[in-house]
Amino acid sequence: MRTSSSPAISLPSVVAVFLLLAAASYGALIWAPTENTMGMIQRIFYFHVSSAWSGFISFLMVFIGSVAYIRTRDLKWDWLSVASAEVGVAFFTVVLVTGPIWAKPVWGIWWTWDARLTSSFLLWVLFVSYLILRTLVDEPERRAMVSSVFGIFAALDIPLVYFSIWWFRTQHPQPVIGDGGALDPRMWRVLLLCWAATLGVMTLLIRIRYRLEAMRSEVDGFRMESLRNH
Amino acid sequence: MSGFTHATGVILAKELRAEFRSRELLTTTLVFVLIVIVLFSFTFNPTTSESRRFGPGLLWLAFLFAGSLMLQPSFLRERANDTLAALRLAPIDPFSILAGKMAANFLFLLLVEVILLPVFAVLYNIALFPILGPLLLVLVLGTLGIATTGTIFSAVSSQARLRELLLPLLLLPVLAPVLIASTEATVGLLRDPAELSLVWLTFLISFDVVFLTAAWLVGEYLLEE
Amino acid sequence: MPWSVVARNNCCAIWFRAEPPRVSTAPAYFSNSGPSSGQGSGLKIQFTNVEKRYGMRMALRNVSLEITPGECVALVGHNGSGKTTLLKIAAQLSRPSGGKIIFSERGAELSPDAVKSRIGMVGHHTLVYDELTAEENLIFFAKLYSLPDPSASARKALDPVGLSKRAGDLVRTFSRGMRQRMGIARALLASPGLLLLDEPAAGLDPEGQQWLGDTLVKLHRSGCTIVMSTHGRNETQASVTRAIRLESGKITHDSGRGGDPSGVLVMASVRDTDEEISRSERG
Repeated sequence: MRTSSSPAISLPSVVAVFLLLAAASYGALIWAPTENTMGMIQRIFYFHVSSAWSGFISFLMVFIGSVAYIRTRDLKWDWLSVASAEVGVAFFTVVLVTGPIWAKPVWGIWWTWDARLTSSFLLWVLFVSYLILRTLVDEPERRAMVSSVFGIFAALDIPLVYFSIWWFRTQHPQPVIGDGGALDPRMWRVLLLCWAATLGVMTLLIRIRYRLEAMRSEVDGFRMESLRNH
Repeated sequence: MSGFTHATGVILAKELRAEFRSRELLTTTLVFVLIVIVLFSFTFNPTTSESRRFGPGLLWLAFLFAGSLMLQPSFLRERANDTLAALRLAPIDPFSILAGKMAANFLFLLLVEVILLPVFAVLYNIALFPILGPLLLVLVLGTLGIATTGTIFSAVSSQARLRELLLPLLLLPVLAPVLIASTEATVGLLRDPAELSLVWLTFLISFDVVFLTAAWLVGEYLLEE
Repeated sequence: MPWSVVARNNCCAIWFRAEPPRVSTAPAYFSNSGPSSGQGSGLKIQFTNVEKRYGMRMALRNVSLEITPGECVALVGHNGSGKTTLLKIAAQLSRPSGGKIIFSERGAELSPDAVKSRIGMVGHHTLVYDELTAEENLIFFAKLYSLPDPSASARKALDPVGLSKRAGDLVRTFSRGMRQRMGIARALLASPGLLLLDEPAAGLDPEGQQWLGDTLVKLHRSGCTIVMSTHGRNETQASVTRAIRLESGKITHDSGRGGDPSGVLVMASVRDTDEEISRSERG
């Protein structure tokens, strides 16, 4: 479990992601056409939506890591799970912050309990609970096992959360943050570019966090060995 | 398969016997839900129309809280003399340990709910008798979801620190869909004329199937050392 | 509810020490006719390169060991040496991180499920339910082990441990010694071919230790394989035929199948006393 065997963070990959982000920002803030009704503030939508999509992918990786850990008992999969969970929570924090920033100038209210925002909030809470669970178990294998089981349940819950909140909202409608109608093709291109950029950031962050977890695990091992030898 | 059912049945019988001897968990949970129902009455004006709108939600919330509190002690009982090890030593399917406990927790919760229904009906002036059948169906499906996930998560949290605080933290977000579905189904039943929402019923069944299957697939690993 | 009434009436009994147990009707596993008595013979265990890792800590390193049917093995070593881990792995409560364990009975290898029904374990804890009576506990476990007549097996199991008179009492009302005896009754319910004991003498007074030692002698004579971890010399070691010393997860001394275990047993207590002296000097 030497850290030299885990993927290094290469300079080219950082530069590539940085360039992607720069291009996406340019596209979102300058190149994309201004929306009719909402004006400039609508541009935040590109980051809002792409963060949500990348957040989903992160949580999907938590599911994959959890299942893989249970099958192989290799702690590397658990490192992937925790890295993905933290990055996913970070992305959904962006979603929850950009939502109100968008809503206030457009609709005059900070928060509406619309389907997407409510679901994002619940998802955020769910994976924050996942992270809290991890801090409360000390032994690495036990922590990996309980978080994997909870991670699987949490991930399976995601579609159920979305459906139940969506159906609830169709019965009890509320102002919706998001759909301003059909998207102009140039907007689609910018959105996809933004998503690519956030995916790049996601991959980079997960890698860094994974490496950190690997090193932490190694240090813990050394500490325990030295304690035993005294 | 019959070995699994046999072991689950034996464990269920043991849980029931242990609980009905002392009845401490049942009475404490009953009183707790009663307190929650009373406190809720202070948060809005319980006239008939508002009761029908808000009552079911508050009732299910009370059941959720009760579940997240009473499920932990039921698992911790196995830690007292390490009887969990005794169960794992026996030549039984490890999942039958969880299944027996899930069944017991389901029955306990259902019993609490059924006892409290008439109390709720009286306090909030809601006529429950005409819709009793469908209402029990909703109760059973919702409680099954609570008991299944709750038992698994109490196995999870019993391996962590702060386990009494952790169980609600883990359980309540995951059960949000059950809260929504059960509440909406109950509200539908209280409308005039009463309507049984097939969408929500199917949803509850799906929830139960998904999580029972997940529990069956990965639950036993929670018992390992 | 009849059983709660009985329990309440017998609450006074906890203040009176139970009589030293006298074996009246011994169940078959105490018969002196040996392994061919039809109750099942002792199990043979083969550990090959068994490892157990917790995080980065090795609890067991490369343990290879063969225990033949009918041996009575004592595992010695101080806390953290791997005794409990080895017992847990033998009991199948814990999965090894590496290596293999094979159980066989009368020459035929046993499947993992079959092994479980042939093992009895006495651990640090009593492994019985406080909130049930002694008889209810044993009936429960008898059912889990699919014994043909659970009530009869439960009643029969209480005799040798001297708890027949307390069959209807809640285990919660038992003394430490009685609980230990409950644990042993539970372990012996299904007439195991392998009995694992984790420091069984801990918490027992000298009289209790003597009784346990006698019980183990009887079991050993009936052909059961016994593996027990022990911490220093005590009365329970009368039946020991082989002693193995563990240190930091490795086997350092093994008195062998036909050898004299007393050398290794004595070594353990001397080392432990030395450790305690040096620790108190440091502290």
